[in-house]
Amino acid sequence: MGNIERISGPLVVAKGMLGTKMYDVVKVGDQGLIGEIIQLKKERAVIQVYEDTTGLRPGEPVKSTNVPLSVELGPGILSNIYDGIQRPLEILKAKSGSFIAKGIVADAISRGKKWKFNADDKVKNGGSVKPGEIIGFVQETEFIKHYIMVPPGTEGKISGLKSGTFKVDDVIAKVEKGGKTTELTLLQKRSVRRSTKFTKKFRAEEPLITGQRIIDMLFPVAKGGTAAAPGPFGSGKTVIQHQLAKWSDADIIVYVGCGERGNEMTEVLTEFPELKDPKTNRPLIERTILIANTSNMPVAAREASVYTGITIAEYFRDMGYSVAILADSTSRWAEAMREISARLEEMPGEEGYPAYLPKRLAEYYERSGKVESLGGKIGSVTIVGAVSPPGGDLSEPVSQGTLRVVKTFWALDASLANSKHFPSINWLTSYSLYLADLEPWYLKNYGEEFVQNRKEAMKILQKEAELKDIVQLVGAEALPDEERLILEIGKMIREDFLRQSAFDEVDSYTSMKKQAFMLGVMLYFRRLAADAVKSGVSVDKIAKLKVREQISRLKEIKEAEVDKSQTKIKSEIDDEFNALVKEYKQVEEK
Amino acid sequence: MKFEVEYNTIENVAGPLVVVGKVGNAKYNEIVKIKLHNGEERLGQVLDTSDTNAVVQIFGSTDGINIGDTAVSFLGETFTIGVSEEMLGRVFDGQGRPRDGGAAISYEQKRDINGEPMNPVARSYPSDFIETGISSIDGLNTLVRGQKLPIFSSSGLPHNQLVAQITRQANVKNSSESFAVIFAGIGITYDDYSYFVNEFRKTGALERAVTFINLADDPSIERIITPRLALTAAEFLAYEKGMHVLVILDDMTNYAEALRELSSAREEVPGRRGYPGYMYTDLASIYERAGIIKGKKGSITQLNVVTMPSDDVTHPIPDLTGYITEGQVFLSRELVNKGIYPPVQPLGSLSRLMNGGIGAGKTREDHRGVSDQLYGCYAKAQDAKSLSAIVGVEALSDTDKKYLKFGEEFENRFLNQGFYERRTIEDTLQLGWELLSTLPASDLTRIKKDFIDKYYKGK
Repeated sequence: MGNIERISGPLVVAKGMLGTKMYDVVKVGDQGLIGEIIQLKKERAVIQVYEDTTGLRPGEPVKSTNVPLSVELGPGILSNIYDGIQRPLEILKAKSGSFIAKGIVADAISRGKKWKFNADDKVKNGGSVKPGEIIGFVQETEFIKHYIMVPPGTEGKISGLKSGTFKVDDVIAKVEKGGKTTELTLLQKRSVRRSTKFTKKFRAEEPLITGQRIIDMLFPVAKGGTAAAPGPFGSGKTVIQHQLAKWSDADIIVYVGCGERGNEMTEVLTEFPELKDPKTNRPLIERTILIANTSNMPVAAREASVYTGITIAEYFRDMGYSVAILADSTSRWAEAMREISARLEEMPGEEGYPAYLPKRLAEYYERSGKVESLGGKIGSVTIVGAVSPPGGDLSEPVSQGTLRVVKTFWALDASLANSKHFPSINWLTSYSLYLADLEPWYLKNYGEEFVQNRKEAMKILQKEAELKDIVQLVGAEALPDEERLILEIGKMIREDFLRQSAFDEVDSYTSMKKQAFMLGVMLYFRRLAADAVKSGVSVDKIAKLKVREQISRLKEIKEAEVDKSQTKIKSEIDDEFNALVKEYKQVEEK
Repeated sequence: MKFEVEYNTIENVAGPLVVVGKVGNAKYNEIVKIKLHNGEERLGQVLDTSDTNAVVQIFGSTDGINIGDTAVSFLGETFTIGVSEEMLGRVFDGQGRPRDGGAAISYEQKRDINGEPMNPVARSYPSDFIETGISSIDGLNTLVRGQKLPIFSSSGLPHNQLVAQITRQANVKNSSESFAVIFAGIGITYDDYSYFVNEFRKTGALERAVTFINLADDPSIERIITPRLALTAAEFLAYEKGMHVLVILDDMTNYAEALRELSSAREEVPGRRGYPGYMYTDLASIYERAGIIKGKKGSITQLNVVTMPSDDVTHPIPDLTGYITEGQVFLSRELVNKGIYPPVQPLGSLSRLMNGGIGAGKTREDHRGVSDQLYGCYAKAQDAKSLSAIVGVEALSDTDKKYLKFGEEFENRFLNQGFYERRTIEDTLQLGWELLSTLPASDLTRIKKDFIDKYYKGK
């Protein structure tokens, strides 16, 4: 078709490209490197190439495939690890060894494997089907029914649909409209840059339970919602993303390692087959899809990796699953956009980023949501993005563009991270705008006390911060006992509730029940302590109570022992305070 | 003998860049040989190629290049270096030519210096503890094999001593496998270079070392390739010869500045502080070459020096480095002023791979808890200190006074150690417990109860 005219980094200009379309995938050069058209100028096309362009030379051929950048979707997709343009890394390794060579082509989904397909009884041969309609399913894992849907853009009269054992590219039915027949397979392709249509979007009404106390209790994200975690390096962005990938109660996890460390992906690959999903007790890897485009892999594919991930997420959403997509880090994605934009010599916006950066960020996060799919299922996509602001300064364009659209903000704090207080989510500056929408859900499932406790905890933390400012000037001794008690309880909530170790087997995941129990005990302690202080007992005495140390070790209690501990520790708190008040009264009487 | 076409069509020379006209088919990134009027030869690389001309970056200076007489030939291949075990004990210049007066090495393989990205699936997760004998590293920010851990330093701080001490003392517990050190001096002074050579000689590491040197007055553009040569040699020794290779890149700040120089010569849109927008990706192509491959015996560990301009950790060079590497060792001027060596400031330092390398069977069961607790207590000690600066020591509570004392002891006994002092991990943890035992056991909530019962020595 065309020929290369110029090569500069990941960008290639080809001439003789009349008739090609924007965003079509092209094969570049003798090696057939994969690229995408991102600009057309008369007969010239500007192409971003998803592989290293070293060794290309002017004059080499460029061929268009006439299809936009797409992902392959079908049974066998779960547990896979892909690169940014959905090439399976295991297959690449088998083909080219430990290092990724150029120009390798591999099917995203294994063609050899056979699947048992169960046709849906409700779909009658001879009847008509619409895009997104479910025509059957494959039991992909013990817990995941992989529904087979009519691909976008296909509709008409269906024929030949039957159950049976098929390879992913075998024909399972035909759809005919206006004399044109489309063959349906278990496999379908979807263009990555366009969001999939749905019937209806809902407001958030249920939280994504993550097992992380500060998130679930103070700053939850809704299923179908959005959250961002910006923070400087070393503030624990990746650990939070890993924790969410491990423990959140989504049905499917899509983890996008976008321009980050290779060893982090290796860590996920090593751990996930061994860790068990607390909900199903099956290996976590069975519900996970990994997209890895590490920082040393080609930059253009980094730009694509986020879209690849979200398109896969939408596909499972359409089947009625709750999907969480974790992107680490969206800043690398934005930087990839910036690099391509600079090479296109576009007029730069803020800090060299293209002027369309905020729009792209908003478009991406807007692909989240709880929806009724075209096939009539209700599913959700929750988007959590890590942001890596240069120097930890949130005034930069990616953080700002993100904060404008997300509803939950976890502010990662360098000074907390430095003292190894993890997760380093700052409880004063973070927020969740879902709290009001989710309140009915909490009331229904955990009752009035739970909701009140959260509010009380938040109030204590805020008051504590105010008091600490005063302490910095005059010292704690100068405060009245009521206020010193707030400092003590604030410290308890921070250290013994909010701080949570991702590396400890028990502490890594806390059920909602245990979270409610832990905070409940702390606030129960607070009420008795406040009464004791009122009757004249000093805070120093209260801080030295034996039960205080037990409270600091509540996090070590195993899930199975929560009920037993609950009554025990409350009665110990009662006993110790009774004794304390009694002792005080005796002294006073004398 | 390959047929080479010579072009005499240089159109433009500016900074390190040369534009060669009438070349219709130069390969992207291929190597170019430039022959000067007087017979002198230099190498360059194609940065941009089109059907009319090619933009070539010259390694070395462009002085003497003229329009008309200088001949340019395109070699058709990317920059390669011949590698073999003979490199051990040798010193090369920033372009990989012997600079110790010895003969050229006979190579076993020619390898592309840019390497290829390692497939994440092929990586093996680093988890072998390296005992450096330094408490602030082993105890708090453990180094493991296959990690990339930079030292964030500033001018005037003893990062060279620290690197030399780690190189001398580092070993993996219960291991006698073959190792090699690869030292790449990037824009360092002769003084620093000779310091390392002497240190390596004293400890006998010199025979196991491959040295690449680009001195401060060598061409700055050469700095772009020096670390890549070092890592290519490292990959050969690690993955072909099964050696555990420690790569020292000193100093990455000079590398980043060379990158900026090149970018500005190309008239690219500058990013923060004039550094190019792709610096993150470029640095990653160096740092990510640390690691371990499944099924191969060797490993590559990187210990890189990054000096922070005006002690500023948010400067783009340390900032982007920190986003790529697996933690950082942070040196503090304040600790130096207090006379503490090594001046590793724990608050600010981090090892991301620590967790895989510690614990029962690797270091000791209580390692994670002791480390977290020391961090927590030292942070509290800092708070007590800043409070005492305002209200005076006398006004502090008893608890705060205890922490203040703990903070001083921690700096003087735990962080501080001799240049020739080698502490085992048991020594380090023991010392940690001694310090923690000055605080009430009920405060040590980051350590499991069982370990407190076992190791705590206080009342």
